[in-house]
Amino acid sequence: MSAPMLSSLWHYRGFVLGSVQREFQTRYRNSLLGALWTIINPLAMIIVYTVIFSRLMQARLPGVDNDLAYGIYLCAGLLTWGLFAEILGRSQAVFLEHATLLKKLSFPRICLPAVVVCNALLNFSIIFGLFLGFLLITGNFPGLVVVAMLPVLAIQVLFATALGVILGIFNVFFRDVGQMTGIVLQFWFWFTPIIYPPSILPEGAAQLLELNPMLPIVQAYQGIFVEAAWPQWHTLWPMALVSLVLSLMALSLFRKRAGEMVDEL
Amino acid sequence: MGSIKVSGLGKAYRQYPNRWARLAEWVIPWSKPRHQKHWVLQDIDFEIQSGEAIGIIGVNGAGKSTLLKMITGTTQPTAGQIHHTGRIAALLELGMGFHPEFTGRQNVLMAGQLFGMTVDELTALMPDIIAFAEIGEYIDQPVRTYSSGMQMRLAFSVATARRPDILIVDEALSVGDAYFQHKSFNRIREFRKSGTTLLIVSHDRQAIQSICDRAILLASGRMALAGPPEEVMDFYSAMLAEREHSIIVQERMADNKVRTISGTGEASVADIVLLNHQGRPIEVIETGARVTLQITVSINEDIERLVLGFMIKDRMGQAIYGINSHRINQPLDNLRAGDRFIYRYTFDADLGKGNYSVSTSLSRLDSHLDKNYEWRDFALIFHVINTRKPDFVGCVSLDATLEIEHQEIGQGVATDALSD
Repeated sequence: MSAPMLSSLWHYRGFVLGSVQREFQTRYRNSLLGALWTIINPLAMIIVYTVIFSRLMQARLPGVDNDLAYGIYLCAGLLTWGLFAEILGRSQAVFLEHATLLKKLSFPRICLPAVVVCNALLNFSIIFGLFLGFLLITGNFPGLVVVAMLPVLAIQVLFATALGVILGIFNVFFRDVGQMTGIVLQFWFWFTPIIYPPSILPEGAAQLLELNPMLPIVQAYQGIFVEAAWPQWHTLWPMALVSLVLSLMALSLFRKRAGEMVDEL
Repeated sequence: MGSIKVSGLGKAYRQYPNRWARLAEWVIPWSKPRHQKHWVLQDIDFEIQSGEAIGIIGVNGAGKSTLLKMITGTTQPTAGQIHHTGRIAALLELGMGFHPEFTGRQNVLMAGQLFGMTVDELTALMPDIIAFAEIGEYIDQPVRTYSSGMQMRLAFSVATARRPDILIVDEALSVGDAYFQHKSFNRIREFRKSGTTLLIVSHDRQAIQSICDRAILLASGRMALAGPPEEVMDFYSAMLAEREHSIIVQERMADNKVRTISGTGEASVADIVLLNHQGRPIEVIETGARVTLQITVSINEDIERLVLGFMIKDRMGQAIYGINSHRINQPLDNLRAGDRFIYRYTFDADLGKGNYSVSTSLSRLDSHLDKNYEWRDFALIFHVINTRKPDFVGCVSLDATLEIEHQEIGQGVATDALSD
């Protein structure tokens, strides 16, 4: 990221953090349980995936001898995919959502995607914190290998943000992008082995799956939490490179079109 | 601190024939531009020294907001540059970033941070902000319970909590009741005294003349005039008068032409008639005949000065001849309501055959731009025929005479040659 952009972002960190806080507060403002809902919702989700799928439906991961393995496999993929989908889905709409603000006030526009990313990360850390707690309680905590998820997470967030900003800028000029994103995300989700293990795919489909940039990311998470295995780093390098190139593209597109964007809103 | 330099500034919006054209322009490398530029502001040049106060005036759509938005940095210019020193605060959109569900205090923090202030700074300024807005205990209530006036007061209070180097004010945005308007204007004056550069957009003559050192008039996206506030405001008023009154009376006449009568109405043409040399009204004139244009003017209100002008136009609306009483050194002064004056302009109608119309103007000075009592198009229509003079084309009879000399150059030379 260019230095002036970074420094203006730093100068407006108060605004970014304040916006994150405000959005968080708005969500449960007029409810009795308040912030408790931020825990209840994801907790319910984790219970559904682990207990219902694994225990009641007796779903098993092929080759893993653990009752909860499928539930953990599901959570490792679903929760991280949730982060990806939230960043992507919200960044593509962020400039349209804040059209009046952009048109009428002068402030570093890069703040808006920053707020989106911080918000998504906050939501993710709550839900993932609960997941880690669940793993500890049930004795399935993978141990030190957990730290390996940080670089994977970094790549994933970079990828999602860059793609989201690009889509967000395009969406201002071509509103079809917003409609498309939802559909593509659906297909993308089912084209990523999150609900199912890749081994159930036929030969041709498995090869096609190699082209999915989210595959190494999701598989790294699943490896860490299901098998307590360190990620296969060499599978992540191409993705890291793709994310970096995409970020540069997003940045140059943002610089080139930010002014025109305000005219179009 | 607090100077602004604007050079060659222009703003154009891109207009594409359709959405696909934009996609094509973006995606196809080295493709020629497929858009047209629609200029809303062009060739704006001015310089504001630190501590100066400048008024910007112009009708709606003249480009004032666009100019201010470019100076504040919300919108990027298409052409030219803006250089400014110091921190800019803009009172253009008060209450932006306020969220109705949060308390006044929380919103002050949010809005302040959006202006680039830190939480510490805002916490320190908070008592002042609350006191100036006169919000009282409401500060800890959600903003949705505020009246619109209270919201505006709080918003103004936050936006001006720190003295900026440059303050940009859109005066059309009135803050709260008369009392608070006064109070907010006082704060602006105080800033000015402490050295803040001011840029005010206003329609209020009083405000501009009392606070500004200079004024800039924008018209149709260009700088129409820049100079002392009074001069610029005068020009602007005349321009407005023109605009406001040009559609006061429009009559459709028998030949389907539209007659426009405009003006403020202190004096008006009661009667207009064309007389021949015997003093009888005529509608048809012989080319070259001596005629008198008799115009009766009623004075409807006391006026200090009156100039009557008339103009003869051909059927295409081109001016053929026009003059007024000021240029003939016969303006009238100190006229009373109820007076009537009969003006008689006498001239030789050296006009070509055809139809002509007469427009009249009643104004204070030479130009109707200053104070236009009445402007009347198609006040009179007459015909010119030509039975006595030789037939000619065009609308002016110049009475050309002719003399022909036979020059025998070729033959003369030939004869000389032969005689050798």
